[in-house]
Amino acid sequence: MIGALVAGITGAPSPPTSFDSIATITATGSESTLTLNSIPGTYKHLQLRGIAAGASTSYAILRFNNDSGSNYVAHFLYANGSSVTASALTAQTALYPFRAYSTTSSFFGSGVTDILDYASANKNKTIRSLTGDDESPLIMFNSGLWLNTAAITRIDLVSQSGNFRSGTTFALYGLKDS
Amino acid sequence: MAVTYEPIATTTFAGGTASATFSSIPATYTDLVMVSFLRAGSTNSSYVLRLNSDSGANYSTTVLYGDGTSPGTNRYASQTSGYLTYYGFPTTANTFGSIITNFQNYSNSSSYKTYIGRSQNSNSGTDTLFSIWKSTAAINSITIYAGDTFASGSVVTLYGIKAA
Repeated sequence: MIGALVAGITGAPSPPTSFDSIATITATGSESTLTLNSIPGTYKHLQLRGIAAGASTSYAILRFNNDSGSNYVAHFLYANGSSVTASALTAQTALYPFRAYSTTSSFFGSGVTDILDYASANKNKTIRSLTGDDESPLIMFNSGLWLNTAAITRIDLVSQSGNFRSGTTFALYGLKDS
Repeated sequence: MAVTYEPIATTTFAGGTASATFSSIPATYTDLVMVSFLRAGSTNSSYVLRLNSDSGANYSTTVLYGDGTSPGTNRYASQTSGYLTYYGFPTTANTFGSIITNFQNYSNSSSYKTYIGRSQNSNSGTDTLFSIWKSTAAINSITIYAGDTFASGSVVTLYGIKAA
């Protein structure tokens, strides 16, 4: 992931010194949407790390800048222990960075999502995610595109159905460039 | 601003060692990231980990792998250890495999602990896996095991990431 890659890959890696915690949001059990707002434009990239669960949801889906239009494209490569699947979705109303399938307490999906060059004003925004869960076993790479060149200032993580379980947590980090 | 991403400990192998443990992991971070550069001592074999020295059948792993010919997947449920990597590590001199293993929310007391790994073995292939340890205890130790041994020069660093 971004942080460890920046650290270097020789001998004992040094930690990045430009990796800052921006904000953390945690569900209490009564939220279907968790919002990270007023994201500063002072970093180069963002990383979103978290655990997620919902009784009737498979994913914590993601929207940028409150855009719920059909402006997202996603690609997936995933496996469940029995089969490997590659798929693509266009004209979506959100991206799918985090698995969140869980009907049993204590089970949470988890993942890490990189949001690259998020503050650019002339690039459509991209993400790359690695996520999985065990109750409905899945390991997944996915990538996403938001067809909008606006700087990202807000991220909404939305349960596809029902509320997030209490303890669902997303932490946002910023990575500076030189 | 406080350091968000910092090293906790590093283990460098002198060769002939079959395991290594990060113990007394502080509970003050949000996530852990384990960055590993490993070479097999003489025989590439299975590489696993245990958390908090738990050797019960409390680990399950789902893996996606590819070797340049075809992708594949396996599921290992209710095992006595979690998988660290599917393809293991090279035995070739000066050639190391690499893994980044993310442990999310490792110190909370309400969720089973999960980790996601991405690894490569240049002699074999690349893989990614999702594992669960069915315990709600905070992770305070991580032990990695080689089926054979870890070669000299292998190194593993554990980092902590602290959220606001």
